[in-house]
Amino acid sequence: MPTIENHIRDGEEALPRDELAALQLARLRDVVARVANVPFYREAFALRGITPKSMRSLDDLRRLPFTTKDDLRRHHPLGFLTVPRDQLARIHGSSGTTGKPTFVAYTAKDLTLWSDLCARFLVAGGLKSQHTVHVAFGYGLFTGGFGLHYGIEKVGAAIVPAASGNTRRQIEIIQDLGAEVLVCTPSYALTIAETARELGIDPRSLPLKYAHFGAEPWTEEMRQEIESQMDLLAFNNYGLSEVIGPGVSGECAMRDGMHLQEDHFLVECLDPDTLEPMPDGEEGELVITALTKEAMPLLRYRTRDIARLDRSPCACGRTTARMSRVTGRTDDMLIIRGVNVFPSQIEEALLRVEGTTPHYMIEVERPATLDQLTVRVEVMPELLSDRMDRMQHLRDRIGKEILTVAGIRATVELVAPRTLERFTGKAKRVNDKRGKQG
Amino acid sequence: MKLPQLSVFLENRPGSLAEPLKLLAAADINLVSISLADTEQFGILRLVLKEWERAKAVLEQDGWVANVSDVVAVDVDDQPGGLVHMLSVLAEAGINIEYMYAFALRRNYKAVLLFRFEDPDAAIEVLKAANISIVQEADMY
Repeated sequence: MPTIENHIRDGEEALPRDELAALQLARLRDVVARVANVPFYREAFALRGITPKSMRSLDDLRRLPFTTKDDLRRHHPLGFLTVPRDQLARIHGSSGTTGKPTFVAYTAKDLTLWSDLCARFLVAGGLKSQHTVHVAFGYGLFTGGFGLHYGIEKVGAAIVPAASGNTRRQIEIIQDLGAEVLVCTPSYALTIAETARELGIDPRSLPLKYAHFGAEPWTEEMRQEIESQMDLLAFNNYGLSEVIGPGVSGECAMRDGMHLQEDHFLVECLDPDTLEPMPDGEEGELVITALTKEAMPLLRYRTRDIARLDRSPCACGRTTARMSRVTGRTDDMLIIRGVNVFPSQIEEALLRVEGTTPHYMIEVERPATLDQLTVRVEVMPELLSDRMDRMQHLRDRIGKEILTVAGIRATVELVAPRTLERFTGKAKRVNDKRGKQG
Repeated sequence: MKLPQLSVFLENRPGSLAEPLKLLAAADINLVSISLADTEQFGILRLVLKEWERAKAVLEQDGWVANVSDVVAVDVDDQPGGLVHMLSVLAEAGINIEYMYAFALRRNYKAVLLFRFEDPDAAIEVLKAANISIVQEADMY
């Protein structure tokens, strides 16, 4: 196993707590002033009597309104911009709860900040300028690919933007170019290991020494499995598009929680029902305020991610609080092969194909290393044809529409009417079998 | 003469074919022909029967999805090239066959072919013009 040295990239990561608090308060006042031209916040501020000056201490954060994904949807596509449109440098998107993605925007300065934040956790996890980094994240609206890409560039390492797909070819590229660092989802790392073995290559013989994983929840057991199968050190990082993308937090050499980049984000851990703060060490929903973003800083964004906070000092020297792995969600969002999927997107896809929503069930499994999504759809009388080609076409169209709306490939199974379970009250349409299988 | 054909959606699993047939048997409904198109995951059961309306009601009552489409029954000459002749007549007229299957008519031990055309009326006209014999409803049941 490679060794890891303790490096801190930016002095702001290790500010004394009182200095950090003063910086946060100044930045909080600043962002409150800047978002006042967003109609959503202007109205909320007027109702609550909020002005930058009224933010007297960090506790005043709790007077600010929450922002939810639904709020973003209601102000689609870019109703939360604080800057004129012509100042935007990039627009990314994440899964929306219906057919449309949630767009997030960046100014040029935001992009610099974003790459700095990614560079911090990459350096914390052993990245050096002489390294070659194989990035097997999708490049696109998804923030994972570009976020990590520019973070690596900032550190000065060489990037191989391999993107996703064609695992055999990826292994060949890793071997040929001698990449020491891998960036992907943890489940894709297991796929690389498995595919390597199929090719008669010992995954431990690959040049990889470090890996930075994100975009999906994983466990400590999975880390041990990947590390022993591939002989590398794996680091966890966390982020979400609405806040900035990857770079919200990441592990240091101690690998005991992910350091939240508190000089740029105020992070609360709240009871999702009462919205009261949870004591440190107890699970709650992360609620994040972006302090320094220009284009689209969101106040108290409800991430729906469940985690624990740890404010005890870390041996690495950083003074920032650490968050645990994400252990769950407060909504029904699924993360399948690193893609965020809402059951409502599947429903939207079925509606588009069939003009009405039939009974359906979503099943997620992880038979080997990769998640598999199966959507079972009951055949309604108006959809039945005596012609097999039409039935197969129907099935294919549903699959294509799911890919369009949710951005993920699904196995579509047509099933006989009345065979799927019926529910009184709220339908339980999702059967997530991952983690329950041996 | 078009004949009504019932199509029933089945999942491809043990016992799924027997279930609708048991229902029809219990209702004392006799089948004239049966055919099954299937994929790995599902199948379409196609039935020709005299009491198709009652059969449809019996199946639907029990929650099955059944629909009705028109097929054309053709009595092909029992000699080499009989079918080829008929197919070339259809091809020349640009009539597309969606699918077909054969069954034996018990009354006279003749082989009858059932055709599903996109446009059955046009097909019937073409077949009639070529003096190809179409089986009438009365001869079927």
